[in-house]
Amino acid sequence: MSHGTQAPAGADFEPTTWTGAARRKWMRTLPPEKLLPETQPSYVASWIYVFGMLTLVAMIIAIASGVVLTLGGVQWFHESSVGKFMNSLHYWSVQLFFLFMVVHLWGKYWMAAWRGKRALTWATGVLAFLTAVGVGFTGYVITTNFNAQWIAFEAKDVMNAIGVGSVFNVTNLGQMVTFHVAPLPIALVVIVGMHVLLVRKRGVVPPLEAIDPDAATVVAPAESAEVAS
Amino acid sequence: MSSKSRQSRKEREAFFSRPWSGPNRHYDIFKEGGIALLVVTVLVVALSALFSSPDDPALTFKGWAQNDGNTLYATAVAELAGTSDSAGYGPPYNSNSDGVSLGPLFLQKWGGVTHPIDAANDFVITPLSSQVEPNDVSAAIKQWNAATPDQQAKWAGDYDTALNDQAGAAGDPTKVPAGDYGPVPDLAKGVVAMASTGAYDNAMTGQGQFFQTDQTKQLLLMGDGAYLDDAATADNLQGNTWGMMNEAGSWPGQQWLAFASVWYQLPAFNAPDDATGITRTLTDNADVIIAAILVLLLVTFLFTPYIPVLRDLPRWIPLHRLVWKDYYTKHGRQTT
Repeated sequence: MSHGTQAPAGADFEPTTWTGAARRKWMRTLPPEKLLPETQPSYVASWIYVFGMLTLVAMIIAIASGVVLTLGGVQWFHESSVGKFMNSLHYWSVQLFFLFMVVHLWGKYWMAAWRGKRALTWATGVLAFLTAVGVGFTGYVITTNFNAQWIAFEAKDVMNAIGVGSVFNVTNLGQMVTFHVAPLPIALVVIVGMHVLLVRKRGVVPPLEAIDPDAATVVAPAESAEVAS
Repeated sequence: MSSKSRQSRKEREAFFSRPWSGPNRHYDIFKEGGIALLVVTVLVVALSALFSSPDDPALTFKGWAQNDGNTLYATAVAELAGTSDSAGYGPPYNSNSDGVSLGPLFLQKWGGVTHPIDAANDFVITPLSSQVEPNDVSAAIKQWNAATPDQQAKWAGDYDTALNDQAGAAGDPTKVPAGDYGPVPDLAKGVVAMASTGAYDNAMTGQGQFFQTDQTKQLLLMGDGAYLDDAATADNLQGNTWGMMNEAGSWPGQQWLAFASVWYQLPAFNAPDDATGITRTLTDNADVIIAAILVLLLVTFLFTPYIPVLRDLPRWIPLHRLVWKDYYTKHGRQTT
């Protein structure tokens, strides 16, 4: 048994345990300077890049307001002005979340941001969108008002048509509340977390027509408005 | 132009995947996050303070009875006759039909009947039996329960037909011609009377239990009549008016469902009632067909990086030059 052994720093050590192996893997994949960089490539300089972060913070506000709403119960906001305001915060943060997310998504599409082994980053973004649709939908059907009645009534036909209505019953308030506050948002947070870590791991994709700095012995910026192949 | 800068697609992909070796700029993710949090919080609070949030009260059976009693009456008759949507829905509520299908695939049947609904009993007899009724309604319940299923079907079927005869009663119970309808008119009348006091809401929402969080039965019943449907139409909530992404009142709704809602606008999925043939089939099975289309879209969406044309559009329509305009201006561009 050893006492006072200093843990080896960074990824430069030979692990003797599963924990050590996991730490080394993490440190090699995502060292702190990659996870929390103080610089970015100079092409990361457009408003479109802000929408990823905006989506993230809108999600945080939606979760925070949703937690408070959950503590009050699904009918709280019908009876209390505080609850109504909290519901409004939740509602508008979700609206902004989707707005930012869609702009982010379209931006990434037109930037072909999946280039350079970033297809998984793209896929986790798509899955995050779809999971968010599920969270939004279950949120609507638990509002215990006319919207909830109509949306649940209509949506049940879709769920039944695809064969999941027998286990995912949108007209069951209790079940929908459970889905809305636990598995779906947890899945969303996990997927978004993976997405963000993948962005950090791979870095921000270079411009589609960027000249490879390592290959460009070549052309001075002044003489190349366009360097065509 | 310089041939020295020519790079194959493979070389370009390798370049895109390498750690960036070009110029960098200062970046503070926590600062960006902090400012973004502040800005979005202010925006959310401002929108909430200015516009609040939607909350139209849920419809009730009491409101239905008081505002549109005849359609509630007709719905009760349809439940007894087995002609309502719920009565003939199929799985997961009953086995009275196969439900919708995707060609030969009846996905709706795969899960079986997990939320059984006996329309006549669940929507009429059981709620009426849960309280002390006037003598005529009590006698009607006894008469119904004592009759054979064939007799019940005959009474209710005949009355349902007579009530909905557009050339005759046209939904007005006072104009139904005399006939042998057994206890059906009294039962339907009993439902409307019970609903108008609010007692029917209590019976349906409680389902005879102290704790109840499953609204399946009352919601299906609510949707069997015109009351819910008319309210939805008035708010542009029907599927063929982008209802999937709308919500009651002037609110943004679920705009993110546009990719799904758009399919419900197509004429192929909105055949008139008297249509036959393929458009009838498409419309009747729209939910499952559109779901299949959406699954295909999802797969396409997921695998966009590998799908020719889709993955190439950003190169062909170079909107990226707006994003990286400054960088290209400063460092040049290379087309591949």
